[in-house]
Amino acid sequence: MSELLKNIIRFILFILVQVFILFKMPPLHRFVVPYLYYLFILWLPFSLSRMSLTFIGFIFGLSLDYFVKTPGLHAAACTLIAYVRPFVIGMLISQEGADKNYIAPSIVSMGWAPYATYVIVLTLLHHTYLVLLEWMNFGTFIYFIGKIVASTAVSLLLVLLTELLFFRKQKFRTNTI
Amino acid sequence: MRNVFLFIRRHFNFLFFLVLQIISLSFLFRYNKFHEAAFLNVSTEITGRFNQRYNNIEYYFQLKKTNESLVKENLRLRQLLKENYEGPDSNRRLINDTIRADSGKSILKYQIMEAKVVNNTTALRANYLTIHRGFAQGVRTNMGVTGPQGIVGSVINVSRNFAIVMSMLHPQFKVVVKLKRGGETGTIDWDGLSPNFVTLRAIPKSAKVSVGDTVITSQTSSLFPANLMVGTIEEVVPDNSSNFYTLKVRTATNFSNIEYVYVIDNTQFDEQKALEDSTRKKVQ
Repeated sequence: MSELLKNIIRFILFILVQVFILFKMPPLHRFVVPYLYYLFILWLPFSLSRMSLTFIGFIFGLSLDYFVKTPGLHAAACTLIAYVRPFVIGMLISQEGADKNYIAPSIVSMGWAPYATYVIVLTLLHHTYLVLLEWMNFGTFIYFIGKIVASTAVSLLLVLLTELLFFRKQKFRTNTI
Repeated sequence: MRNVFLFIRRHFNFLFFLVLQIISLSFLFRYNKFHEAAFLNVSTEITGRFNQRYNNIEYYFQLKKTNESLVKENLRLRQLLKENYEGPDSNRRLINDTIRADSGKSILKYQIMEAKVVNNTTALRANYLTIHRGFAQGVRTNMGVTGPQGIVGSVINVSRNFAIVMSMLHPQFKVVVKLKRGGETGTIDWDGLSPNFVTLRAIPKSAKVSVGDTVITSQTSSLFPANLMVGTIEEVVPDNSSNFYTLKVRTATNFSNIEYVYVIDNTQFDEQKALEDSTRKKVQ
């Protein structure tokens, strides 16, 4: 399957899973909001330019916004992590040029520890920005901190489960540099 | 000038990022303009279709509960039938004035339409329902929406076949209600904590209030007819500094399993609003 088609299918699936499964679940606590959809941005290929990454992030966030009627909220957070993503990858990637030899960030292409750091940093960034925007209209400081921590924990658990369930095999591409 | 272009070219990515951020933040903070700015009408039609597909499946899992609540409502309505209130040997007789009932068109204030709920959230900070009935089927904005058990919200946006309802679980939703026992009016709002509870404010401390009292809609609310169920008082929050009660109310509607709602068309709303607005202008 071509990379483009794969990502289009992922786009639709992540939105539908977030809207019709994760947002439909009765909440455990008001701090715990399970977010998984942003994993789409984390899984985008290395080869995308920074501009198209940012733009895809914006469109992706806005599509979710249309479903939950929070204009611009998720779009802002997604644009941010899509923009920051290349910097984080640049810092974490080892010297072997994994971004040239593999297609997309994953445990195989980056290694356990760098990939985990990558996911944690972007998750925390996404949630902090999202809750910050929400907090400006409403809530106390406890709400701000509590919601970031609880939602990040749940999201990381979901990301871990997704990575284990849908293990992405990545081919090592040699003649591509 | 050349330097400006060079600057733009060098920092193009960052500038592009800033532009997208500004667009999304302006959507967010100019919320009421969002309807025009972001083509919400068009998108409601599209997301509505997705929601409808999903609801077709989900509906089967809720059939039993839906049926139960409809039966309960039928029971309540049957008990209101005039035939139930005929005592033997009374010196007064209840006469059904058919002339008034038949020519009732002109005095009919509230017209009720049923609508299927195709999307509903309760877990978010601001919750909305999508119903499968739009302006082609007679829904306009500012109509009240009630469920079989109690009031649900008000219509805020309409497309051709779908409408968006601001749920009672929304920080901007306000409705005037009264206590069934004493008739004192207050307003309902939602604090965002739990989907089962809303807050009732502005009931004076002179009113008699106890846990379990019924809260119903007031006739001064232009959205709803009087005496619709809103909820029951769950807790009186102690507050000595104020002359008004703060009451925690358990909503009669269970927002997690709404399947059908009724849209209430106040046919005299426009006339009443025009009069009130013109008076306000005159006084100013």
